Amino acid sequence: MTSVTTRGASGVAARAASLLQRQGALIALVLLIILGAVRYDGFLGAYNISTFLRYNSMFGLIALGMTFVIITGGIDLSVGSVVAFGSVIAALLSPQGPVIATLGAVLAAMIIGLINGLIITRLNIVPFITTLAMLLTARGLALVFSGNQTVSVDYKSGFVALGQGDLFGIPIPAIILGLAYIVGVIVLNYTPFGRYTLAIGGGEDAARLMGLPVDRVKLICYVMSGALSGLAGVILASQFGAGQPTEGVGWELTAIAAVVVGGTLLTGGLGSVGSTLVGAMLLGLIFNILNFENGLAGVSLNAYWQSVIRGGFLLVVVLLQNRLARAPSP
Amino acid sequence: MRNAETHAVGAVRPAPVMQWASRNGQLIALVGALVLLMIYNVIFTRNFVSIQTLNVNLTQVANIVIISVGMTFVIATGGIDISVGSLMAIAGALAPTFFLTPPGGNHTLGLVLAFTLPVLLAGFFGVINGTLVTRFNIQPIIATLVFLIGGRGIAQVITNGTVINISDPQFQFIGLGKPFGIPFQVIIMLVVVVIAAWVLRSTVFGRYVLAVGGNEKAARLAGVPVARVKVLVYTISGLLAGIAGLIVIAINSSADASLAGQGIELDCIAAVAVGGTNMAGGSATISGTLVGALFIQLIRYTLLANGVPDAWSQIIKGIIIVAAVYLQLVRRPSRS
Repeated sequence: MTSVTTRGASGVAARAASLLQRQGALIALVLLIILGAVRYDGFLGAYNISTFLRYNSMFGLIALGMTFVIITGGIDLSVGSVVAFGSVIAALLSPQGPVIATLGAVLAAMIIGLINGLIITRLNIVPFITTLAMLLTARGLALVFSGNQTVSVDYKSGFVALGQGDLFGIPIPAIILGLAYIVGVIVLNYTPFGRYTLAIGGGEDAARLMGLPVDRVKLICYVMSGALSGLAGVILASQFGAGQPTEGVGWELTAIAAVVVGGTLLTGGLGSVGSTLVGAMLLGLIFNILNFENGLAGVSLNAYWQSVIRGGFLLVVVLLQNRLARAPSP
Repeated sequence: MRNAETHAVGAVRPAPVMQWASRNGQLIALVGALVLLMIYNVIFTRNFVSIQTLNVNLTQVANIVIISVGMTFVIATGGIDISVGSLMAIAGALAPTFFLTPPGGNHTLGLVLAFTLPVLLAGFFGVINGTLVTRFNIQPIIATLVFLIGGRGIAQVITNGTVINISDPQFQFIGLGKPFGIPFQVIIMLVVVVIAAWVLRSTVFGRYVLAVGGNEKAARLAGVPVARVKVLVYTISGLLAGIAGLIVIAINSSADASLAGQGIELDCIAAVAVGGTNMAGGSATISGTLVGALFIQLIRYTLLANGVPDAWSQIIKGIIIVAAVYLQLVRRPSRS
């Protein structure tokens, strides 16, 4: 047997490794924020924080839906197209006011999610292929509804406040994002539905044998993913003043990256909503920091390095997670 | 393998033609659909029966087929490679440097380097993809997502974000040349398809690929070098993406790192799925992938030629993918 001291040391190391695995993204986020605050003027200024939250709230929303889908062991590649589709519907409905526009866009996006879920659960086609097909179809629908061009929103109906306005000094998209994540945390951790979701990802056959409504839970997860993408589309249209049928290309990959960086396993069964938010903010912050870095004289970091750094960062995270996951648990 | 079983059982063997037909049901259905689509076009689409129409369609589809062949191998092992578009862009971004400023002013040497090094680099990134999947146990979609995001950046860094115009008839022969009136990239496509079909069907490596995708644990126990096979399929995928990257800059007379190969992974996965390869691995068909890609291309052409906007062809493409995979699922249980 090992001596007490080495046991203690390895225990600490194991606990540190486990902490790093669970909270690695959070630690990195805090470190980056400290770095930014020390290094750049205006990093913690109201303008930067507001712009950052407004833009990244959209990625936060689609990553939230993606988290639920991935926990069940699935994937939703259609979110980027659904964002575009939602933004077009919201822009078309914007003369009716923000409530109708939001409800209409979210409902339309939910129908897309419902179709995804039905194909996956009823026809037994793998999520990857189903949502890949929907990626194409929803993009096509966005183009058809918009007549192949951006759709200007109605500026008099108050719709643009959703994306551009503030409430109590906080950008409205950030408030929507916060509320969505609070609901998400409660649903995943404190409701039967959340436990079912985790159980299905942990072992679908076992969950089925236990009598859990596997198909219904999966269906709801895809509907949620659709709805949240639609909501992101509403924010997109309202923030930039137009429904944009060609926007959102590749957003599904950012969302998946955010979920993975947050520490949710792609194999399903394990995941946390809060860490996805951290992952989404972290990916956004890398861009933000690089923009500031470029603003500093002396360092001319080519804008195109951003993708390289983002890819490299993703690589480091998945390698680290893999190492930590294989480390013996205490 | 299925053949071996039939022999071992020694039961009455149906006529070879029937055997072939039952094994290739989906392919036959797909070819049938392709033929119907052609007949429709011959009757209703103006100027359809012409060498030019044929060449337009074949040149548009050649790159998709070339990459889809690599994708077929990857999917046959139960993996996926979404980095192909970015690897294409890297190869396309790197190639012009060699013949625009050839080393030592030797143009021939520059051409040789332009044709080899970019493709090898893309293949090397394929090795990294494969290593991430095998050595580090990272799911294929995430491993190749790293290069989808990072690779595009690498290509943009190489070209410094600008579009590099090229005008070099010798290099561009790969995309613009027409020996015997056949576009050169179509010849490359056919060569790639024939070699790949042979490799998958008649070589030990091909058997290994299917064995790994069919049941990885069993393959490992049976002594199949699983890790090496997987690394090799991602390498093949990378190499073919590299070749496609050269073709696309030759056709466009310019290297655009931001646009080259953008989203092509989706077209390729669609072609493989429609072609009848099992998306979970274990069974694959190169000829199916070829016909699948041709079918999707002809649908798109038919819609465009008849004034249907591209938006609708995307919707229809989505529906076709789901329908094809569903038919595949319906057929499979009845066979076993």
